[in-house]
Amino acid sequence: MTNLVDIPKVNAKNMTEKEYFYGHKACAGCGGSVAVRLALKVLGERTYTALPAGCMSAVGFIYPQMAFNTNALITTFPGAASMASGIAAGAKALGQKDVKTVVFAGDGGTADIGFQALSGMIDRNDDVLYICYDNEAYMNTGIQKSGLTPYGTKTTTTPAGENLPGTITHKKNLFEIIAAHDIAYAATASIGYPQDFMNKVNKAKHTKGATFIHVYASCPTGWGTPTETSIEIAKDAVDCGLIFLAEYEDGEYKLNRNPKEFASVKDYLKKQGRFKHMTDEDIQCVTEHRDKKWARMRKQWL
Amino acid sequence: MNRPKKQEFTFPTHINEYPTGPQYKAGFLPETNAGWRSVRPVVDHEACVFCLRCYLLCPDGTILKENGKIEFDLDYCKGCGVCAHECPKDAITMVKE
Repeated sequence: MTNLVDIPKVNAKNMTEKEYFYGHKACAGCGGSVAVRLALKVLGERTYTALPAGCMSAVGFIYPQMAFNTNALITTFPGAASMASGIAAGAKALGQKDVKTVVFAGDGGTADIGFQALSGMIDRNDDVLYICYDNEAYMNTGIQKSGLTPYGTKTTTTPAGENLPGTITHKKNLFEIIAAHDIAYAATASIGYPQDFMNKVNKAKHTKGATFIHVYASCPTGWGTPTETSIEIAKDAVDCGLIFLAEYEDGEYKLNRNPKEFASVKDYLKKQGRFKHMTDEDIQCVTEHRDKKWARMRKQWL
Repeated sequence: MNRPKKQEFTFPTHINEYPTGPQYKAGFLPETNAGWRSVRPVVDHEACVFCLRCYLLCPDGTILKENGKIEFDLDYCKGCGVCAHECPKDAITMVKE
């Protein structure tokens, strides 16, 4: 493990002015593209980028419009991590030392469809950084429920009605599933806290072996929010405790943000079209689930 | 050159000009996104403190640091309004096109 004190910090003042994700066709105010853009700016030009089917591959490669300014390729939906393993092995065979292989996958491509490849990649400990931008549904194909869709979300496959409040399952605990592989470095982040996200990407860049970052990225189209509030929403999600910022390294969990008091869950939910139908009981259910989770995290991780 | 510029796409006329596979040069942009926009960001340089929060959070990376001043690449700005909403000094306003 690299000594973290030696890693130069990257911030808005000193980061490269080169753009590696530019001219893409993502919706206005897309949160996922903020995550991809910032991550590539931290990683730099010597990066191999692999993208499974998902928003970022759909908006980045509209032939002949090539939005990625680094080496980038589209992989099969379930095989993003195994393809990245191959790229990393190829780079090693060619003796390239200053390169990093990175995967940008959505929540469906990570937690559902691409999961076995990701698990295998972490098991082999290949030198790949896997970034999952989590917009909580299959947004590219028209907002279908994924394993990371939270309770009460209205999607096209889980419509809200008189009998059900949309999605009836809670979000899969992806971060702890990944950490259970005993990975070299894993973290959760949110685009609402960009400096924290960039620090984590920087740390993963300087860590040898498999690394994973789960970044919460808003989606104005799928969530029913105005385009200008996408960063604010991602910040609110952290402030009200539904998303936590944590790290896992050297077998230890670390909670980066442990607020004394949470902001109102109701305010966060009611800002979004996908939660408009939720009753007070549904919000109570979400709040109880959050409190239970935080109680467990504070007991075990602090 | 820090960011790719719009380039003309010439349709291949000879077999040798076709790419050998489903691939193309990185950063090749034959189209702009300006037509998507209904509002356009305008910055008040007096109020701007150059904190670079807009630069950091622009989903399209269209904000430029030109000699210590914020400028916009209006070829690729989609007018989402994130910069104006996140500005701590309210120095950016969205003006109707």
